[in-house]
Amino acid sequence: MDKLLEVNELTKQYSQGNVLARIVITAADHVSFYIKPAEIFTLAGESGCGKTTTAKIVLGFEEASSGTILHNGKPQTRKEKVWITEGVQAIFQDPFSTFNPLRTVDSYFFETVQNFRLAKTKQEAIALIDQKLHLVGLTYQEFVGKYPNEFSGGQLQRISIARALVTDPKLIIADEPVSMVDASLRMSIVNLFKKLRDELGVSILYITHDLATAYYVSDRIAIMFRGNIVEMGTVEQVLMNPRHPYSRLLRDSIPQADPSLRWSDTVTLAELEQEEYLRKGCRFAGRCPLVMDICKDVVPADTYVDDVLVKCHKYSNQ
Amino acid sequence: MTEKKQTILRTEQLQAFYILDMHGTQKVVKAVNNVEMRIYENEIYGIAGESGCGKTTLLKALFNDIVPPLRLVGGKIYYRIGSEEVDVTMMSPEEKRRLRMEYISYIPQGSMSVLNPVLKLRETYEDFIGSHVSGQSREEIFKLAHKQILALGLPKHILDVYPHQLSGGMRQRVTIALASLMQPRIMIGDEPTTALDVVVQRGVIQMLKNIQKNLQNTIILVTHDMGVHANIADRIGIMYAGKIVEEAPTEQIFNQPQHPYTRFLIDSLPKFGDKNVRSSVPGSPPSLAELPSGCPFHPRCPHVQEICTQQMPDFSQMGENHKVACWLVGEGSHG
Repeated sequence: MDKLLEVNELTKQYSQGNVLARIVITAADHVSFYIKPAEIFTLAGESGCGKTTTAKIVLGFEEASSGTILHNGKPQTRKEKVWITEGVQAIFQDPFSTFNPLRTVDSYFFETVQNFRLAKTKQEAIALIDQKLHLVGLTYQEFVGKYPNEFSGGQLQRISIARALVTDPKLIIADEPVSMVDASLRMSIVNLFKKLRDELGVSILYITHDLATAYYVSDRIAIMFRGNIVEMGTVEQVLMNPRHPYSRLLRDSIPQADPSLRWSDTVTLAELEQEEYLRKGCRFAGRCPLVMDICKDVVPADTYVDDVLVKCHKYSNQ
Repeated sequence: MTEKKQTILRTEQLQAFYILDMHGTQKVVKAVNNVEMRIYENEIYGIAGESGCGKTTLLKALFNDIVPPLRLVGGKIYYRIGSEEVDVTMMSPEEKRRLRMEYISYIPQGSMSVLNPVLKLRETYEDFIGSHVSGQSREEIFKLAHKQILALGLPKHILDVYPHQLSGGMRQRVTIALASLMQPRIMIGDEPTTALDVVVQRGVIQMLKNIQKNLQNTIILVTHDMGVHANIADRIGIMYAGKIVEEAPTEQIFNQPQHPYTRFLIDSLPKFGDKNVRSSVPGSPPSLAELPSGCPFHPRCPHVQEICTQQMPDFSQMGENHKVACWLVGEGSHG
């Protein structure tokens, strides 16, 4: 099988506190996944689950404590900047802090064209930029010479996607790209991802906490909890029939825009996040409705049920 | 729901504009433009709309917190205090202050910046109680605070920690606990769950519902997340460009939306088990400083007619409790 990006046993530890009382938090704990060409892969979870840490390491902003990242079968290290030149681009959460408010947005496009030597003349550069802006439903004429504050959040996020497309990337890493955009305008961004995948064959690592858009847009999904991938498979399998108790809790907690689907039961919330990181066995054991004795002491192994990876003792016994 | 509900808060042709003076030229941002609403006792009223539609300003006006550059241009706001209706726009600052937190309270969005970071929560509570209750009853209220914290399922030791030691969800719940401490008749929440994780958000929504059930009071909730509204609100008002364009009980808003904007808002939300192509609301919200003529939605509306570009429609009554301001539905009448 062709793998565009392969992440193997990625681990990142941060230490907190001083010399006397030091605690080590494992933000990403042996995370492994792969992305195929022309595929949208979602990494979903709540804040503090390690999804952004994973993205930062993949992008080379942070160094992993251990583990490898393969891009087209070749290992990537932080020092060799092969990564960026081989067509990986990133989109971030807040479009207003992506762009400097004192610079016009078109200057970012010209800078990218120049850095990658994609055009010889200014005319060529404009033609290239116009072509990329058309992909996101904008034109060069309506954006040239404008500052970020002259656009709405949704427009600006589409501009940052167009900026990422200038280098013809094969993989786009999108970290919470819709969470700052109004719910009514999210679809314009998410539909754009589908279009990029279907028409240009771009793969997208979609990092989000919004399972509803994840279901709508992605092919495969991994649910993360406190540094571990607890369930991974196709979106139909994972979201329509969640097996891990945490995936089930997360899925059921998405407020559905349907008054007949109101919640009837109550949830237990974590008192201290830190406690869950330092837990010895399964990190969800403190809140799990199906908790067994073994969960509190032993970390569950990765088990495959119908091609879906589940990290839970309930399934490893069978 | 056959009995007639008591109105607790009412506005009449409310207009609150931001009047900015920029280099000699005046800029008027019409954030709340002719809003007529009636909110009942013992209900959760949701206000939905995109960012920049004036939701937060409307809440500020309802909270009677109108400070420059926001100005009350016209209209009135009435609270029903005891058995009489009071026009609160004419109140003195001292009278306003006395109503706050005791009669009407406010739950802000960013719980990060609400709690004083250098005070333990116990001191924040003491401050709060001290400025609203006098004399020996303070002790009693403090006991009440203890009881309330336990009743709301917050950990006991919470009074002895600093805000930064708590997670975002816990801080938000403490803020809500403070806002409901004096048992106000009206609670106003401005996106109280927006910055939270989904599971925590669910916990906070539950908490709000429980408080409302116990106090039998009114909660006015603003959020752009229609999923949250579907879960908590009894009635929903859809706001667009400073105006309420549709108002109905929650089931009706979701099952029979009448205004094209409401339909767009609901259809743009993805659902589990449904991969059909969905699209965003076309275009982007208008600037409140340069509103389009007529119905402000007409530049984005697929059913636009000539009259839409010229005149804003009045509300048409669509059965009981359901009103819509759209030319497609009817000419509208005052009522």
